[in-house]
Amino acid sequence: MKFSRLILANLFRKKARLVLTIGSFAVALFLFALLGVVNDAFSRGADVVSADRLVSINRTSIINTIPLSYRDEILRIPGVKYITHDNWFGGVYQDPKNFFPQFVIDPENQRQVFSELIVPDDQWNAFLKDRQGAVVGASTMERFGWKIGDRIPIKTTIYGLQDKPFEFNIDGVYHGAKPEDDETQFWFQWEYFKESLADRFQGQVGWYTIRIDNPDDAPRIAKAIDSKYMNSPYETKTETESAFAQGWVKQFGNIKFLIMTIGTVVFFTLLLVTGNTMAISVRERTNELGVLKAIGFSDRAVLGFILGESITVALAGCVGLLLALVAIPVLSRSMAGLLPPLLVTAKTLVFGVLAALIVGFASGILPAYSAMRLSVVNALRRV
Amino acid sequence: MVRVDGNGAAGSLIQVRGLDKTYRRGNEDIDVLQGLNLDVDKGDFVAFMGPSGSGKTTLLNLLGGLDVPTRGTISVAGDEITHMSRGKLTRWRARHVGFIFQMYNLIPVLSAFHNVELPLLLTKLSKAERRKHVETALSIVGLGERMRHYPRELSGGQEQRVAIARAIVADPTFLLCDEPTGDLDRKSADEVMDLVKRLVNEYGKTVLMVTHDPLVARQANTTLHLDKGVLVEAGARQTAVAGGAS
Repeated sequence: MKFSRLILANLFRKKARLVLTIGSFAVALFLFALLGVVNDAFSRGADVVSADRLVSINRTSIINTIPLSYRDEILRIPGVKYITHDNWFGGVYQDPKNFFPQFVIDPENQRQVFSELIVPDDQWNAFLKDRQGAVVGASTMERFGWKIGDRIPIKTTIYGLQDKPFEFNIDGVYHGAKPEDDETQFWFQWEYFKESLADRFQGQVGWYTIRIDNPDDAPRIAKAIDSKYMNSPYETKTETESAFAQGWVKQFGNIKFLIMTIGTVVFFTLLLVTGNTMAISVRERTNELGVLKAIGFSDRAVLGFILGESITVALAGCVGLLLALVAIPVLSRSMAGLLPPLLVTAKTLVFGVLAALIVGFASGILPAYSAMRLSVVNALRRV
Repeated sequence: MVRVDGNGAAGSLIQVRGLDKTYRRGNEDIDVLQGLNLDVDKGDFVAFMGPSGSGKTTLLNLLGGLDVPTRGTISVAGDEITHMSRGKLTRWRARHVGFIFQMYNLIPVLSAFHNVELPLLLTKLSKAERRKHVETALSIVGLGERMRHYPRELSGGQEQRVAIARAIVADPTFLLCDEPTGDLDRKSADEVMDLVKRLVNEYGKTVLMVTHDPLVARQANTTLHLDKGVLVEAGARQTAVAGGAS
């Protein structure tokens, strides 16, 4: 601790340079946190899914439907506890920019299958009684300033119903049991939806979500479902909700690789910039380092001073992580519906601090080593 | 008593025997010091004079453990320093040598107080003890009131006095001064030399000083001339065998 004054005094020697170097760290760490939360958001689907849920879709693709009649048949397969069906509505509220996911749900089984999305009983009962009722995630409610009782017009872009305006009464709001649960969805009733469907869509649903008794039975049940409808006009593809979510994310491309690449480039650039700054800083005071050695500071002490400076700069740059803590929730609210919720987790912060420490150490070690090896006589000759 | 013939008493504070220093430049060997002998007793004040390139600063560097000789030995207070490891030599310097440089070499981002405190950071003294030592050293050099000032806020003479305070604060065995007045005007140079003489006369310090200035050298008890790497002559106030301070 008694050397901290010397380290800090040297850091503040060139204030503009110090601010710019810390700023470089702060920007890089902010970007690191942002990339981290975007990656988390896209991979969260695979993390927050329930282990005891399966998703069954049309084998051709998810945009192809499957018969509603499968519901009761699947329910009879041993190990299946609940089943519910959904359709993608693909609606627009006022403007296409106001995107949020709307699902046609099966009210009878929705809460049994998605028990982590919580709706108060009174609101749910009001929804069940209201053919045009809707239950909306808290995030979407906040985004548009809706409240229970509001009447919301939404036009779908598919099913040949583009000219038919749908109107919904908001009867309830759901909240996720965990912060990472998606609170952007808009649910409404299958009965209201199906009365508008053309004949070719009647009796067809988008996909099934199945709750099973024991996660260990998932492969057996998935195989049983797919075998049952093999060679039928509507073959199914059943997989765990986790595998389904991962497959969904992959449609956006290899986001993790992209984020890792950007992050690596950012930190490598930071390493070069900071390393160069530290090298200049050491060169500028070669004579002073010679004086310190002459009066008895050891080579290791000099190495420690330089490393102490670079690591202190790196830690000061962690202000970028604090900035991320403040800014990312704001960004997340403004992007609601376009991206999954962006959450700055403790893991992201810890990795950010570790990354800063590693870059701080790596950028300081070469200049520190050269300072350590410096000959006192040669150093004292420099003016 | 200072001797250059290698016949000094066994109890000399500094004892140099057969000291050679050779630098290699390209394919050429340059002999800077050749077979140099020197004995310096505690409390001596020795000035080294000589033309540029005569080896004065090299000698000072070797005596201060900043450089190692090609041949020969240097003993200080019974410690043979020529074969010490780099780490051990660093610790020895911290304990035994106070350096005063021509350009003062203060750390510009530290106040006078913290510059003087630097050597004490290597000791086990408490913060309060360090403070007391620094205040004492600064009051000896007459800058007790300037301890909060940074080097840029001091004159050249004041900076050199802070450097002297830094050199004496840990009570080293001897002081090495490399052209301590070389960057000062006459008035400031006189003040610095008065201070150095006080350290010798009142505090019993041993001082070895390199200078180009005969007026400055005259203030030492003994003046030795270095020419072509050899100590050839004692000063005007010294006999050929450097037979004692006058």
